[in-house]
Amino acid sequence: MSSFVLPAATLWQRELVRFWRQKSRVLGVVASPLVFWLLIGYGSNDLARFYSGALVLTVMFSAIFSTISIIEDRREGFLLSMLVSPAPRTSMVLGKILGSATLAWIQGLIFLAFAPLAGVRIGVLELIPVAAAIFLISFTLTGLGFVIAWRMESTAGFHAIMNLLLVPMWMVSGSLFPMATAHGVIRAIMWANPLTYSITLLNGTLGLPNANPGPLVSTAVTAAFGLLLLLASGLMAAQKATRSAA
Amino acid sequence: MIEVQNLTHRYGDRVALSNVSFEVKQGEIFGLLGPNGGGKSTLFRILSTMMVPTEGRAIIAGHDVVRDPAAVRGRVGVVFQTQSLDKALTVEENLRAQGHLHGLSGDDLRERMDRAMERLGLADRRNDLVETLSGGLRRRVEIAKALLHRPQVLLMDEASTGLDPSARRDLTRHVESLRENEGVTILLTSHLLEEADRCDRLVLLHQGRIVAHGTPRDLRARIGGDVVVLETADAKALAAGIEQRFGLHASAMDGHVRVEIQNGHRFIAEVVEAFPGTVDSVGLHKPTLEDVFVHETGASIE
Repeated sequence: MSSFVLPAATLWQRELVRFWRQKSRVLGVVASPLVFWLLIGYGSNDLARFYSGALVLTVMFSAIFSTISIIEDRREGFLLSMLVSPAPRTSMVLGKILGSATLAWIQGLIFLAFAPLAGVRIGVLELIPVAAAIFLISFTLTGLGFVIAWRMESTAGFHAIMNLLLVPMWMVSGSLFPMATAHGVIRAIMWANPLTYSITLLNGTLGLPNANPGPLVSTAVTAAFGLLLLLASGLMAAQKATRSAA
Repeated sequence: MIEVQNLTHRYGDRVALSNVSFEVKQGEIFGLLGPNGGGKSTLFRILSTMMVPTEGRAIIAGHDVVRDPAAVRGRVGVVFQTQSLDKALTVEENLRAQGHLHGLSGDDLRERMDRAMERLGLADRRNDLVETLSGGLRRRVEIAKALLHRPQVLLMDEASTGLDPSARRDLTRHVESLRENEGVTILLTSHLLEEADRCDRLVLLHQGRIVAHGTPRDLRARIGGDVVVLETADAKALAAGIEQRFGLHASAMDGHVRVEIQNGHRFIAEVVEAFPGTVDSVGLHKPTLEDVFVHETGASIE
């Protein structure tokens, strides 16, 4: 048991310690979604409509930032020693994803401090489901980042995927316009986009509009997507290599 | 302690290792010497369980690296050519994390960490961030980290790369004392002759094949006598002239001619007289591993 928990716990802790020592990272992750949000929100006179999208973007940036480091880390970093340690790969994957998800979550919570600007008042009791929703979204996006980063040989490749897949995925998730008024094709894409359900989940827990299809479906889809990515990460990491990334 | 049997590895069409076999005995310091691209790194990746070979097998401490990598990983310490430390953590934090990866914790881990830091002279640096350490010190942290779980075998890939001569000597001293005091078997890859010379036994790798195999002394003894090196403007012409005139094998390599011969000092006088004005400078030395490599492959290690 300890040979599974201990490696995962040490990886999780490592993420937090590194984060604490590079606190300026927070600024990089939170600042640009905040600026986007304020510009679009004040520009269109509707801060509330874009709030959840901006929060998800914060979480996404943090998840990308954490998982992109996998590429360098396994070539010349701590991940190398993990690869030749007897610790199970699944424990390694879990530790890395939980650690990075925790950081994304913390940054999402920091963004939550701006909720009053969107007219959202969160009581202590409401904080629990909101925090849980943000964690679930953080976990899912970190899993997505892991799956993309694991096979990558260069960070440039990750940047390309970020621009061609992740950012468009965010744009058609209901972060900028609701599914209800979207054009047919786009609406279909939004319906199939797992991120759409992250946005509706947040809108629902924050009491903002555009929360369909309701908390139950939103939570279920987000959680299922997250678990699927965790499984994929585990399978990818456990695979034997016939060529080295280094 | 290490058995390598008919290992072959291909990256697509490119053959990186071709039917490599050798054995390393317990407590030996064993070297893989060869130029970059000779197959050392591929072999290292296979032995450290990072990669599965195309054919053949390797057994370390009784366990197959492909079939039972977890058992091998628990018995082998790996020192990479590149860094495998977390620069944002301290020396102690890196070691503790490594211990956790091996399922070690509590007092046992603390004792092992103290001992490893003591052994490698890192005790007064334990709370320093790795990013503030010199290259030589980082290398020592890497070794301390690799020893934490008391491996029977230590694999080191180009461990002295990027170190200055004093840090390199220091590293050699630590490696030798490990073998003396702990009986650790050490397999290292290198493209440095002086490092290879300190191994008990070694193999020379060239284009994925073993071209020579033995103790440094035996390997050098393959070349009888001396090696004479002549610098000249036209190496090919001089080599041809020597072969014709003396009936000796002479090899021409960028700007100089090498001849392996008994009583080289006499030959020097003869050759300089025989080709007046063509020889710019003359050198005579006892055979080195570089000479053995040139002898076997016609190519230079560097």
